[in-house]
Amino acid sequence: MLEIKDLKVSIEDKEILKGINLSVKAGEVHAIMGPNGSGKSTLASALAGRDYFNITNGKILYEGKDLTELSPEDRAREGIFLGFQYPVEIPGVSMVNFLRTAINSMRKYREQDPLPAGEFLKLMREKKKIVEIDSDLTNRSVNEGFSGGEKKKNEIFQMALLEPKLAILDETDSGLDIDALRIVSNGVNKLRSPENATIIITHYQRLLDYIVPDVVHVLYKGRIVKSGDKSLARELEEHGYDWIKQEVDAND
Amino acid sequence: MQTTDKYLELFQQNREQIGKEDPLFLKELRDAAIKAFQRDGFPGRKEERYKYTHLEPAFDGKLSFDFQPRQIHFDDSEIFSCDVPLLDSNVLTVLNGFFHQNGEGILTKLDNGIIYGGLKEAIAQFPDLVEKYLGKNAPTDDEPFVALNTAFSQDGIFLYVPEGIRMERPIQIINLLLSDKNQMVQHRNLLVLERNAAAQVIICDHTLSPHMFLTNSVTEVYTGENADMDLLRLQNEHNNSCQVTNTWISQDRNSRCQHGTITLHGGIVRNNLRINMEGEGAETSALGLFLTDKMQHVDNYTVIEHSKPHCTSNQYYKGVLDDISTGAFNGKIHVHPDAQKTEAFQTNNNILLSDTAKMQTKPRLEIYADDVKCSHGATVGQIDEEALFYLQSRGIPKEESRLMLMDAFTWDVISKIKQLSLQVRITDLVSKRLRGELSRCNNCAMHCEH
Repeated sequence: MLEIKDLKVSIEDKEILKGINLSVKAGEVHAIMGPNGSGKSTLASALAGRDYFNITNGKILYEGKDLTELSPEDRAREGIFLGFQYPVEIPGVSMVNFLRTAINSMRKYREQDPLPAGEFLKLMREKKKIVEIDSDLTNRSVNEGFSGGEKKKNEIFQMALLEPKLAILDETDSGLDIDALRIVSNGVNKLRSPENATIIITHYQRLLDYIVPDVVHVLYKGRIVKSGDKSLARELEEHGYDWIKQEVDAND
Repeated sequence: MQTTDKYLELFQQNREQIGKEDPLFLKELRDAAIKAFQRDGFPGRKEERYKYTHLEPAFDGKLSFDFQPRQIHFDDSEIFSCDVPLLDSNVLTVLNGFFHQNGEGILTKLDNGIIYGGLKEAIAQFPDLVEKYLGKNAPTDDEPFVALNTAFSQDGIFLYVPEGIRMERPIQIINLLLSDKNQMVQHRNLLVLERNAAAQVIICDHTLSPHMFLTNSVTEVYTGENADMDLLRLQNEHNNSCQVTNTWISQDRNSRCQHGTITLHGGIVRNNLRINMEGEGAETSALGLFLTDKMQHVDNYTVIEHSKPHCTSNQYYKGVLDDISTGAFNGKIHVHPDAQKTEAFQTNNNILLSDTAKMQTKPRLEIYADDVKCSHGATVGQIDEEALFYLQSRGIPKEESRLMLMDAFTWDVISKIKQLSLQVRITDLVSKRLRGELSRCNNCAMHCEH
């Protein structure tokens, strides 16, 4: 589904990603872990199409298409979803208007008619259950005044509504208490299927107790320095990142 | 010859014609006004108050000025339906500054004592009532454009709501500019609410022919004790127009007032707003929203005078500027030594849509009392890139995302308008304006291009 080949990304003159190789197949869950500043969020942003940095080398192929040539909205319409580390508050744009516009732009792209109002509301009700989201949140402005946990639940709620093929969850677990973590993970697990894939970017192993990954990668200094199965995550939790840092730094 | 002299000469040469039916008090008022104007003249480039809007060149143009209403064949009910069709209102039309009779009489006096209609007629029929208020609140020695208007204005709208009467139907004043030559218009509105009275007034400014129009209007408002006044101005003139509005509001004890200025379109627009809080416990809110593009210029200049204790004022002004348009906001909150327990807030937020648009914003707080709550904040920025990306990342195209954010930005002001039908209508007009569609009323048959 996703093939990243020798991806190099710079912000101004600073190289952040120094040659990423990653292959994600349908049905898989990949976890990308790593210490702060290793380039995890930059990788997520590059996949979703933020443009404040330059891709200087490499390719991102998604279902055989060159992703870098697509606008952020077209990536979304092709089935890519980014769960934001810091969901943006947008005062004055109501959740309902936002979600309806999003769903209908996706439908338009697929040459479908807009969803009738009744069906849209039914769909909202249905998906709200997945993340146990409070009804009155959808009556408010996008993320405005939401607590940290509510913002993250809202990300998964949007993911449930938009039904992406490839979801990239950027530190979805950060700032969540244990109940919210459980709800968010349940949501993600319910949405797992053999047709779609998930990339979970996280700092902590904790989330991976709930969402069991097929592959765990460690990103450090802009490179994937280690990949393994779920036991790698546990190892990191026990020993921290220092042993990996030492290994890598010794080879540099 | 200097522009000021031109106007002095125009006044002297036509002194006989100007207000020849004036009662004595008005004659004196005009003479005092022209004297003040002679002394002050048009504000120069160095005048701080007019630093960002130099108006003299607009007044210097070759403009005709009517001392009597001109007969223009014009059936407004056929070609012009109002901007707020959902609103059940008393519509009063002013054509080139003169009351234009359409259906209703020149002056309507209801059984409950409400009077509304043409100001000139009101001066003739109720000179004592008018004398009590006219020119009392908008002093000529303070503001040259008020002085000029006081000297020249012939007509406009008069509204009187007696004690204890709450007007159910809003008054809608439609100012139409329609001429076959470049035209100057100076009209005047006088709105009086006695104790415990309430009224809602909407003023709409429109240009119906492509000529250059220069308007200098004064609206004087008296809000009596515990009275409620809602006054909203919707400016929608073409790019070849210059508009100076002077709105002078006085508020008595415990009165409430909401004033709004929505500038959808216009060439050069300068709005002077002065609110004098003259009684304890008065509340006021001043809303402003402007949208500019091309070479348009909008300058909102507000002064809130907190003269008495326990008064509250809130100002929310926002602007969206595109192309090479320019804007200015200058908001003064003046808390007098007696005005303890004042609460005065002011925000001015602006979005620049291009690299070439310019906005000047200047909050000014002068506080001479020590037990007050005052705050102000001003921002000039671009569309929030983070929010834009967030919307795009959910599959919403960039242009649509931008428009959603601008709708949201403007909604912040529009949502504060009390009357729901007006809120809906203005949301629609603003949204059309932001999308580059005609902002004129859907029902209007004119379909003029701006």
